[in-house]
Amino acid sequence: MPDVRTPDVEAVFRESYGRAVAVLTRLLGDIDAAEEAVQDAFLTALQRWPVDGVPPSPAGWIVTTARNRAIDRLRRESTRTDRYRAAALLADPGPPPEEGAVRDDRLRMLFTCCHPALAPAARVALTLRLVGGLSTAEIAHAFLVPEATMAQRLVRAKNKIRDARIPYRVPAEADLPDRLSGVLAVVYLVYSEGHTASAGEGLVRTDLCAEAVRLARQLAELMPDEPEVLGLLALVLLSESRRAARVAPDGSLVPLPEQDRSRWDAALIAEGQELVRRCLRRGAPGPYQVQAAIQAVHSDAASAEETDWAQVLALYDHLMALAPSPVVALNRAVAVAEVHGPAMALALLDGLDLPRSHLLPAVRADLLRRLGRTAEAATAYDTALGLAGNATERAFLERRRAEVADAG
Amino acid sequence: MPQYLLSLIQPDGPMPAPEVLDPIMRDVAAVTERMRAAGAWVFSAGLHPAETATVVRPAGEDVLVTDGPYVEAKEHVGGFTIVEAEDLDAALAWGREVARATTLPVEVRPIANGGV
Repeated sequence: MPDVRTPDVEAVFRESYGRAVAVLTRLLGDIDAAEEAVQDAFLTALQRWPVDGVPPSPAGWIVTTARNRAIDRLRRESTRTDRYRAAALLADPGPPPEEGAVRDDRLRMLFTCCHPALAPAARVALTLRLVGGLSTAEIAHAFLVPEATMAQRLVRAKNKIRDARIPYRVPAEADLPDRLSGVLAVVYLVYSEGHTASAGEGLVRTDLCAEAVRLARQLAELMPDEPEVLGLLALVLLSESRRAARVAPDGSLVPLPEQDRSRWDAALIAEGQELVRRCLRRGAPGPYQVQAAIQAVHSDAASAEETDWAQVLALYDHLMALAPSPVVALNRAVAVAEVHGPAMALALLDGLDLPRSHLLPAVRADLLRRLGRTAEAATAYDTALGLAGNATERAFLERRRAEVADAG
Repeated sequence: MPQYLLSLIQPDGPMPAPEVLDPIMRDVAAVTERMRAAGAWVFSAGLHPAETATVVRPAGEDVLVTDGPYVEAKEHVGGFTIVEAEDLDAALAWGREVARATTLPVEVRPIANGGV
C-alpha cells in the first residue's frame, strides 16, 4: 500500500544510516563521499517510497541506491581517477552485501571512529554520527554545545581521518585489547554523560542513555565473543533499569538506598543479570564485567537493607586490582562503610585525590553525617556544592546539608 | 606511498653527557637501520639548538630578520625523520620506535600529497 510517511524513512534512517555509510566508506574510500551518497539515497527514498511503497529490504535498498548515486556523481565529476573509481564500483554490482560483510564494515567504522589518534570528544561525536546515525544537531544538543561547534568538530575529525590516513580496518589481534577498550570507553562515556549530565537542569539525558544502550547492543552483536563487550552491555542495562526510580516526580535525585525498587525495570535487570552470568562462565573478568557484577548484586536485593554489601566490597577489591582509580577507591569506601562502618570508610578517603569532583566531599559529608559529626558534615556538603554542576545533584546536596544543619 | 614527518620535540639546554647520549644514539641508529631495511626511511636530520635559528618574515615590502626560533618555548624541534608508511597506524608504529629510542616526544604529521 503506497502509504509512506516521513517517519517510516526516519525509522529506517536511524536503523540503517550507520551500516550504509560503513559499506559505502569501504567502496568509496572516503567517509564524506559515503555520507553524501547515503544522504542522497534517503532523499530518493523520501520521494519514491510514498509512491512505490517501502521496499522489502529497506536497508539493502538504501545501500544499493547510495552506490548508484555515488557512481552517477563520480561520472558527472569526471576526472580520470573518479572515472576509474566509478568503473571499479560498476564492476562490483551484485546484490547488496551480505550480513557478514556489512558486519565487518560496521566494525571497521567503529574502530576508525574510536582511533586513539583522535581526541576523546571527537571519538564520541564521530561514533554517534557515523555509527549511531545521529544528526549533527542532535549530537550538539545532547552535549549542550552550539551546532556550529559540533559541525566543526566533526569536520576536523573527518579531515584528520582522511589526511593522516587513519586506516579503515579492524586492528590486528595484538592491538585488539587496547583498541577495544578505547571503543568501550567511548560508549561508556556516552552513557555516563546521559546518566548524570555534567551540566544543565535535568539529571538524566534520556536520549544519550538510549543511544549508549543502542551502541552497546550493536557492539555485543558485532563482537559477541568479547567478555568485556558483554560486560559493558550488562553494566549499561543494569544502570538503565533504575532510570525511572532515580528521579522523583519533582525531578529531584533519589539515591540508590531510597529508590522505590518496584519501579526498576525487571526486563532490563533480567537481561543484564543473564549477561553477567554469561561473563562469569567465561572466566575472563575485566573492569566492565566486574562493575556490571556489582550492579547485579544491587539488582538482586529486594530492599536496600538486603543488599549483600560483603559481596559488593569483594567485587570492589577485585576492581581495584584490575583497574585501580580514585573513583573506584571512593566507591569501595562506600561499600566499606556498609560492611565495617562509616569510621573505617572515612579513614580511607584521606589518601584520595579527586580534584574538581564533587563526589569525594559528598561521600565524606555523608559519612560524617552518619557519624553524627554534623558541623564537619555541613562544611563537606558546602565543598561538594561548590563543585557539583548538575542542578538536580545540587538540589540533593542542598537538602542533605539543610538536614545536618537542622540536626546540628 | 604516503609520507609522514616525525619531529623530535627536544628540551632546550645543554646536550646530555656522553654516557647518557651514547646509548641513545646507538638505539636511534638501530631504528634508522630498521627503517631502511623496511624501505620506509626517506630522510632524517638532527638540528643545531633552537637558539641558532633565524626567522625571516615578510613585513609589507620588506622582510624582517629576527634572531632565535619562531616560537619562544622550552622545547623545540630538535630533529626529524621522514618515513613512507601505508597509513597512520604504520607511521605511529615508527613514531613509537623513535620515541622509545630517543626518550623524547615525537610529533607524527602527514605530508600533504605525500606520493600517489
